[in-house]
Amino acid sequence: MTLNRILATTGTEFRIAVRNRWVAIATALMVVFALVLAAAGAAPTGDVGVDRLSVTVASLTSLSVYLVPLLALLMSFDAIAGEVERGTLPLLLTYPIPRVEILLGKLFAHLVVLTLAVGAGYAAAGAAALLVDGASIAGLPALWRLTWSSVLLGATFLGAGYALSALARRPSGAAGLAVGLWLGLVVLYDLGLLAAVVANDGGRFTTEVFPLALLANPADAFRLFNLSAAEATAAAAGVGGAAATIPLWQSAASVLLWPLIALFLATAAFRRVRP
Amino acid sequence: MTSTLTISHLTKRFDGFTALNDVSFSVAPGSRVALLGHNGAGKSTMMKIILGLIAGDGGSITVCNAAPGSAEARAQVAYLPENAAFHPALTGEEQLRQYLRLRGENPAQAMALLDRVGLAHAARRRIGTYSKGMRQRVGLAQALIGHPRLLVLDEPTSGLDPVSRRDFYALLDGLAAEGAAILLSSHALTEVEARTDHILILSKGVLVAEGALVDLRRRAALPIVMTVVPQPGQGADLAAALPGAVPVGGAYQITCPQEEKLALLGRIATLGVADLEVTPPSLEDIYSHFSRRDGQ
Repeated sequence: MTLNRILATTGTEFRIAVRNRWVAIATALMVVFALVLAAAGAAPTGDVGVDRLSVTVASLTSLSVYLVPLLALLMSFDAIAGEVERGTLPLLLTYPIPRVEILLGKLFAHLVVLTLAVGAGYAAAGAAALLVDGASIAGLPALWRLTWSSVLLGATFLGAGYALSALARRPSGAAGLAVGLWLGLVVLYDLGLLAAVVANDGGRFTTEVFPLALLANPADAFRLFNLSAAEATAAAAGVGGAAATIPLWQSAASVLLWPLIALFLATAAFRRVRP
Repeated sequence: MTSTLTISHLTKRFDGFTALNDVSFSVAPGSRVALLGHNGAGKSTMMKIILGLIAGDGGSITVCNAAPGSAEARAQVAYLPENAAFHPALTGEEQLRQYLRLRGENPAQAMALLDRVGLAHAARRRIGTYSKGMRQRVGLAQALIGHPRLLVLDEPTSGLDPVSRRDFYALLDGLAAEGAAILLSSHALTEVEARTDHILILSKGVLVAEGALVDLRRRAALPIVMTVVPQPGQGADLAAALPGAVPVGGAYQITCPQEEKLALLGRIATLGVADLEVTPPSLEDIYSHFSRRDGQ
């Protein structure tokens, strides 16, 4: 009964996503970017002692940190503000369905779209790597880990997008907030941390606050998790050093917990909307 | 018989502005109640409170023996918003299938419901291509889902052509006969006149009048208008015999209080009259009478 109600919303939202070309756009984007990275990874890079696919996974991780949150926010910012603007929300809220079920219905639909896009992109990159290098089979577990953690990262930013959508109540305002959140968490946050680490020069901030700050950001936790889990750590520069100091279970916990936190925030924000 | 909807001493304020002030009324099963009022009188606010979309500040409401907005109440109440809106990318059938599933009903009923509101031919077209009247009918179709005990309809006939309006009221009659209570707001006073059992008049958040149309008519004690057409050549004599008669075209109009109606009719019958028409005060007159009395 409850599941049927949630899936009713999911079916409708998925249909809308197909008709709005979101499925096509997201999938094409992921496939094109993944193939570009696979091609770049296939160029002779010297012998780093790892298979092609593991190198590609490391590149895909860096790509997905930017692209998956962006796609998720683009799909979600309109979810509630759009209903308010179209005038469809009051009627929906008179139906015997809790608000959290409306959100879950939308979340499932958008997650399906995101999974299709991410899955198609990673599969294309994986196939390209396997064609070039038979040893790439060794990298398949890392690719699988990247896939499901990307979906969870997407879920986190979908939830955040719904929360912003409910807070803004207008699509234009929600779009602005979504861009702000993306810039803040995915771009500026790392720059800020980098600056702080450089200024701190190995002091208490670098050893105690910095690891926590990485775990607190869902995008950083995602990158950390995939890089520290993969044998490809050596192939990646950047946060690889930091990744070594943080236990794998901590970044995994952050990756797993953030979708729930985001959904909780979205529900709280949606409950405050008075049509 | 217990009421489907009971409202007592309901008050709602928005930042110092009183939208509803001490409003009390009830709606019995099977009755069709019209909620009338000028723009901003509080009709939509009242409906939103009944639906549980917003909360009242004072007083109490019972909807189908439950609190407004509770899961129990929402399962038994259907709503048709003013200017019903839907996602333009969905077809009418898809939209109704979703609403059916949300109410735990079989989605296969969608076509039958659309057929009931005369929209079966457009069921597979996207709602984005629909006219306002067609969207209104999708809204009506979703309000019919699952035998609701209370229907709250905000300006349900806006955007419908006269034939559709007649069909719409015929549908309501059927629902009321099955025991559903209907609360509708409207500006089209003439159609409400013929099609509702009970009338509520809101003015500036205050319920200024409530009752069946005949009761309201008696209480308003508005004058009756008679239009008298004289026989050829008798016009001047008629005008002299009826002081206060106003010539209108070839006829004369005279107004009189309700209690003098029969006496006046007797006098007119003795004059050279070709035709006579008696017009009781319309709902428009009664409505303006009650809403103006409150300082409007």
